[in-house]
Amino acid sequence: MSSHYEAPIRKPLIIGDKNYHDVTVDVARPVEGRANRQWWIAFSIALAAFLWGVACVAYTVGTGIGTWGSNKTIGWAWDITNFVWWVGIGHAGTLISAVLLLFRQKWRMAINRSAEAMTIFSVIQAAMFPVFHMGRPWLAYWVLPIPNQFGSLWVNFNSPLLWDVFAISTYLSVSLVFWWTGLLPDFAMLRDRAITPFTKRVYSILSFGWSGRAKDWQRFEEVSLVLAGLATPLVLSVHTIVSFDFATSVIPGWHTTILPPYFVAGAIFSGFAMVNTLLIIMRKLSNLEAYITIQHIELMNIIIMITGSIVGIAYITELFVAWYSGVEYEQYAFLNRATGPYWWAYWLMMTCNVISPQVMWFKKIRTSIMASFIISIVVNIGMWFERFVIIVTSLHRDYLPSSWTMFQPTFVDAGFYIGTIGFFFVLFLLYSRSFPVIAQAEVKSIMKTSSETYKRQREQHGHGHDNHSHSEHNH
Amino acid sequence: MTNKVIHVLYNDDDILMDAVRQTRAAHHHIEEIYTPFPVHGLDKAMGLAPTRIAIASFLYGLVGLSVATSMMYFMMIADWPQDIGGKPSFSYIQNMPAFVPIMFEMTVFFAAHLMVITFYMRSKLWPFKDAENPDVRTTDDHFLMEVAAHGDVDQMVSFFEKTGAVEVKVIEKH
Repeated sequence: MSSHYEAPIRKPLIIGDKNYHDVTVDVARPVEGRANRQWWIAFSIALAAFLWGVACVAYTVGTGIGTWGSNKTIGWAWDITNFVWWVGIGHAGTLISAVLLLFRQKWRMAINRSAEAMTIFSVIQAAMFPVFHMGRPWLAYWVLPIPNQFGSLWVNFNSPLLWDVFAISTYLSVSLVFWWTGLLPDFAMLRDRAITPFTKRVYSILSFGWSGRAKDWQRFEEVSLVLAGLATPLVLSVHTIVSFDFATSVIPGWHTTILPPYFVAGAIFSGFAMVNTLLIIMRKLSNLEAYITIQHIELMNIIIMITGSIVGIAYITELFVAWYSGVEYEQYAFLNRATGPYWWAYWLMMTCNVISPQVMWFKKIRTSIMASFIISIVVNIGMWFERFVIIVTSLHRDYLPSSWTMFQPTFVDAGFYIGTIGFFFVLFLLYSRSFPVIAQAEVKSIMKTSSETYKRQREQHGHGHDNHSHSEHNH
Repeated sequence: MTNKVIHVLYNDDDILMDAVRQTRAAHHHIEEIYTPFPVHGLDKAMGLAPTRIAIASFLYGLVGLSVATSMMYFMMIADWPQDIGGKPSFSYIQNMPAFVPIMFEMTVFFAAHLMVITFYMRSKLWPFKDAENPDVRTTDDHFLMEVAAHGDVDQMVSFFEKTGAVEVKVIEKH
């Protein structure tokens, strides 16, 4: 007899009177049902934003990077801000699926699928900024180490920008196979429930013929574990390498050794906030409140609070080290951030990222859906300004005072950014209507330990073990 | 020649685990078990050998590390050494620290992708592959045990009915 004991003090992760079949039905419902009005409204807005972004990108490619607000002094502005912002958001998915898997956190199972989808979609958005900043995006393959017409002049492996190419493509592709491997049994579930031949065919192709043999499951679990082990250092390396884009330069305000851990903490912080934003809406629209519970939101909020505090310490450490270093350029860079012409961006960042998550110390606030939703959005506004502050304020006062300038974004800058937000939501909304948004096979595997039904049964029987009798289950 | 198999369906993983032990104790041969989710300990109960895919992944990772190391040695040191930012690339060992990020990324890239490809090939998973689970309920809430029929089939059927099965079927397999 196998034991499904879990300490009674742990709150149930699956609420309500659910059995295995109910999980199937609940996860399949948003896919099998028809889209409601709210979905169509959200999709239309996202599509319009996306198309506006396409127009702005077309204008950029046709006319040149001069359509952006970037200038001689501020060569990097919104594009790289948006790039780092999206990559940061893309960190939570792998963190939830990999790190929480290694730590055996069962609550990850209800949210990992959507968090990974979010990761993949946001890394796609991130990748577009460097590609279109190249100016001639059709030559993007020049970043690859391939023999070429210049007598095999290779790419520069000393450059953090090239490290980024390798880090982000590895991250995107590994996240994608991790996600897809986990999806196979759930696509198979949809395939076996499909009524029309067309949906049956589609999910049959997507599920790669998954049959659920004992040996397949054994390999599946081993592969998931090893992928988690590989993805954990990978996710930390990606934002570390993104921070190297700045940290290995000689610009005061960028050239700091604290940047890798500071960026990684910030990435987790904004990624979890985005997961909260998306899932608070999705649990409601797709009727998944029984699986994505208040407890899930609370745990996410605690991580947001912790990583927000780490980010706050990093900000203060930077200020301290700038002063303590005795380097006047460094001191000026940080004094200028806080009190210079971009003081408002700095203090907006401080308020949103350091102060706002501190309200999560109150249980009432971190278990409130409305408060969590608002803070999750405030955090991502703050994290956008963090990157803006790091990039633009460090550049706008360079060594030559005659070059000092301000950054003025154009409508193309804004359109491209809005376009990526639109594209992200187009992808996410399509995903929410065609993919199993909860890893139902994994949720079924924790039913007996962590669902309300089985926890209650165990309490009534008064034993740590499941003492089911065969007659009770037979029909 | 056709051979007969018995499909025994269960609707609970604990009952299935008990049934697997009883079946093996009664010396019936379990051909396959189809389950909707990973049932922990089922592979051991069935007597399946542990998977070696993690070892394969480790070896693939070593391949990735060697590919990255030799690639950057060839491109940056041997084929076209450059003087970048006053840091000339004439010695591998002196330039190596700058190569570490890509060595790491390629180790992960090879270990992850080749392991997943190995998994898909060994478990016969690819697009346009037809599913082979004999009953659609095995991806929902049923567990199907396929047992080779031998001797008195009726006696076997009544044996399985006593293990808590919800359905026992005798199937002619081609």
